[in-house]
Amino acid sequence: MNFSIYDFTEFIRSIHFWLTGIFSPALADVIGLAIIGVCFLLFVTLLGLSLVYIERKVAAFFQQRLGPMRVGFWGTAQTVADIIKLIFKEPLVTKNSDKFLFNLAAFIVLIAPFMVIGAVPFAKGLHALDFDIGLFYITAVSSIGVTGILLAGWSSNNKYSLIGAMRSGAQIVSYELSVVLSLLTIVVLTGSLRLSEIIASQSDGWWIFKGNIPAIIAFIIFIVASTAESNRGPFDLAEAESELTAGFHTEYSGIRFAFFFLAEYVNFFIIAAVGATVFFGGWMPLHIGNIEFFNNAMDVIPPVIWFFGKVAALLFLIMWFKWTFPRLRIDQLLTLEWKYLLPISIVNILLMSLVALNGWHL
Amino acid sequence: MFKSIYKYLSDIFNGVKTLLTGMKITGYYFFHPKEIITQQYPENRETLKMFDMFRGEVVLIHDENNEHRCTGCSACEIACPNGTIEIISDKAIDPETGKSKKVIDKFVYHLQMCTMCNLCILACPTDAIKMAQTFEHAVYDRSTLTKVLNKPGSKIMAGVKE
Repeated sequence: MNFSIYDFTEFIRSIHFWLTGIFSPALADVIGLAIIGVCFLLFVTLLGLSLVYIERKVAAFFQQRLGPMRVGFWGTAQTVADIIKLIFKEPLVTKNSDKFLFNLAAFIVLIAPFMVIGAVPFAKGLHALDFDIGLFYITAVSSIGVTGILLAGWSSNNKYSLIGAMRSGAQIVSYELSVVLSLLTIVVLTGSLRLSEIIASQSDGWWIFKGNIPAIIAFIIFIVASTAESNRGPFDLAEAESELTAGFHTEYSGIRFAFFFLAEYVNFFIIAAVGATVFFGGWMPLHIGNIEFFNNAMDVIPPVIWFFGKVAALLFLIMWFKWTFPRLRIDQLLTLEWKYLLPISIVNILLMSLVALNGWHL
Repeated sequence: MFKSIYKYLSDIFNGVKTLLTGMKITGYYFFHPKEIITQQYPENRETLKMFDMFRGEVVLIHDENNEHRCTGCSACEIACPNGTIEIISDKAIDPETGKSKKVIDKFVYHLQMCTMCNLCILACPTDAIKMAQTFEHAVYDRSTLTKVLNKPGSKIMAGVKE
């Protein structure tokens, strides 16, 4: 096995050869898929645990607090303790609720991020699903999650849950448009929806720098619209604590509540990962044109670190939004999308087409 | 036409500007951990310094000669909204004039009823009482919360008049 932190293609291939050497080709494929599945399960669990802790700490520092400090060193074991508590709690089901849909909703909410995270490119060669339609797949599948939210609200037999779910539905249907249009603005330049090709096209500079003004506008629209799409503050109307107790997951407890919580944080990660891939070159190190000296110096840092660094920066930005801005009203929310973000993104995509046709981008 | 387009665009710029102002403030807090106001209480019990405005309990100020400034005028008792303070007064002979004079026998303070509203301190004409910054008031027996504030053997400071 020749393991390299810079290029995982050989490493993955050698694992595949090793498996086909032991088992029959069909069985080797199944075992390979199972290994990938277990890796993603572990990754998502660790991601959920660490993101909840980081978010609580970051939120505290934005509000002049310290956050969790008691469990473990600087409260690092707090989320582990929380998860253990949630596992041992009784999963209550409300009276007269639709039990089947109630149970199903928690899984549908979690299925969507699991399907999307397979298409996220972590590093060169460390990419489970590389389709020709990668970006389309991500935007399509990530909106399955809203089905789970709507089902959860509908089946709970609770007015708060229902209002929260309906708000969430209206929000996601609206903001999906802006997210897709802002991503398409960059696709105009790349000419491909395949995520590996989108990253390869940024080997001489990231699109946010190369793509002129429309790329910057597209990035701002993307970050606003995708924050709204993931039901995070300041767009957290679906679970507005002061109005709807907890919105669509009011009636969920124990491990099913943990599913909703985990799905929220994995979606959060996916948004940052997609934003980093499309606008900031994913795992591609910072390259400026053909300046060999600078590019080689940047290549020393492994791509995994570049990817997670960019994702962390975007996560921090979205957390900054959440802990600074007050929550919008439902009419303000829809006004922002239909009167501001959507017209701007349509004009922006036309502007980008003009830029691409005339070759004004780098 | 142009006016409405101008308004649309200026609305966007003003909105973004106000959002950035908010982000600047929270960003300042994030990168300046010295601004954190959380106190890690049981750990820092030895070094904990309470804030000036904090109101813990009412105390009667005594000086080193075991003298206080309370004339027993009952202004605090009248000012108190919950009947926390009870002044039990006594008559004593003034050594200078030889006349009988009102002095306090017991300044009774029911901590369990006090809401720390500060009205008694404001009402006191001779500034005899103040709010202390102690806060560890938990006890096993409720009756220990009823305190007599004047120390045994204490007397009124010379020259304090109503």
